[in-house]
Amino acid sequence: MNVASGGFQPPSSADFVFSPFIGQSAYLTKPIALIFLSVLVISVFFFVAARKAAIVPSRLQFAGESVYAFVRNGLGRDIIGQDFARFVPFLFTLFTFILVNNIFGIVPFLQFPAMSRFGFPLVLALLTFVVFHAAAIKKKGFGPYLKEIMFMPGIPKFVYVILTPLELMTFFITRPVTLAVRLFANMFAGHLLLLVFILGGDHLLHGVIGLKFISPFAFAVGIALTFFEFLVQVLQAYIFTLLTALYIAGALADEH
Amino acid sequence: MTYVLLAAESGKNPLIPAIPEMVVGLIAFALLFFVLRKYVTPMFEKAFADRTAAIQGGLEKAEKAQAEAAEALKTYRAQLSEARGEASRLREDAREQGAAIIEEMRAQAQAESTRIVAAAHNQIEAERQQALTSLRREVGSMATELASKIVGEALDDQARQSRVVDRFLTDLEASK
Repeated sequence: MNVASGGFQPPSSADFVFSPFIGQSAYLTKPIALIFLSVLVISVFFFVAARKAAIVPSRLQFAGESVYAFVRNGLGRDIIGQDFARFVPFLFTLFTFILVNNIFGIVPFLQFPAMSRFGFPLVLALLTFVVFHAAAIKKKGFGPYLKEIMFMPGIPKFVYVILTPLELMTFFITRPVTLAVRLFANMFAGHLLLLVFILGGDHLLHGVIGLKFISPFAFAVGIALTFFEFLVQVLQAYIFTLLTALYIAGALADEH
Repeated sequence: MTYVLLAAESGKNPLIPAIPEMVVGLIAFALLFFVLRKYVTPMFEKAFADRTAAIQGGLEKAEKAQAEAAEALKTYRAQLSEARGEASRLREDAREQGAAIIEEMRAQAQAESTRIVAAAHNQIEAERQQALTSLRREVGSMATELASKIVGEALDDQARQSRVVDRFLTDLEASK
């Protein structure tokens, strides 16, 4: 990618585009392989962890249960309340899927967060969009739900001129877009940042004598940022799932 | 549409989603959702439910045992106090009986002594009477004998003799 002789080319969005492993198929790229790998890893891990469902859990079962309980209780029960149980599998899938794909960003040899390809977070955000609207429509009916969004009760009539478009935008555009963009942008920026310091450190190492001494600092910052990235990756998976739970809770709530 | 074009386009603007990735994302998510929902979440829920049941069962068992122990303790306490009452009642009875026996004995002894004293009195009286009678007879006969000796006249005659004695005694009494 970056040839030492030709001066340093800073990493760009081009670094997020992968050629197919073989041939021309757009389905044989690294991000797609990582997505399927994550599905395999999560499925196998939780399948094995949950298989026995023992009262006294093994370490593996306990680990799996802890993640599950974290989503189930912390995001499902505590936020959605009463009717949370049927949304738990969705939230759980969302959380583990995003989490593992994000963490792939700092796993040696994989080292790419698939969520930095906008298509993936967008699909997830659209799924959330469908789920929370469907939950609301199923509970309240389409008309009353739309009315509840457009005409928030207990507000002077003339305010609706401003409020109604804003609310419609919030529910139908802002929510899915911000969900997708937040996750995408965090992963994109994080990966770019790591590339800058690690590729930069590598470039310095191959440069003039004087610059070689600066190289370790670049690598050190790159390593520090890797830890920071881990935090961001976990946090973003959590936030995405948390917001989804909040939207579902809002959709099921009786009044504003 | 070739891959190269698409890649170039999304390479320029990372916010343009690649359609294949959206398709794959959807399929992958659906696949994962299916697996987790079918094989994982029900098992974890089952484990949680079993655990809750086990803990609740244990608690209930402990509560039952405790209740049983409390019940047994109550029974024992009741029995103990009953036994204590019984013992004190027995003691009381014994004391009362003892007192009654002593009282009875005292009464008996009293009666006995009274009886003995009375018998002694009677005997003394009888003996005195007897002594008086025999004395009177002997004094009479001695006096008659003496008088007959003195008077020289035999007072053999019974009637006379008795008259003389009576007179004598009357004199005696009169002189007293």
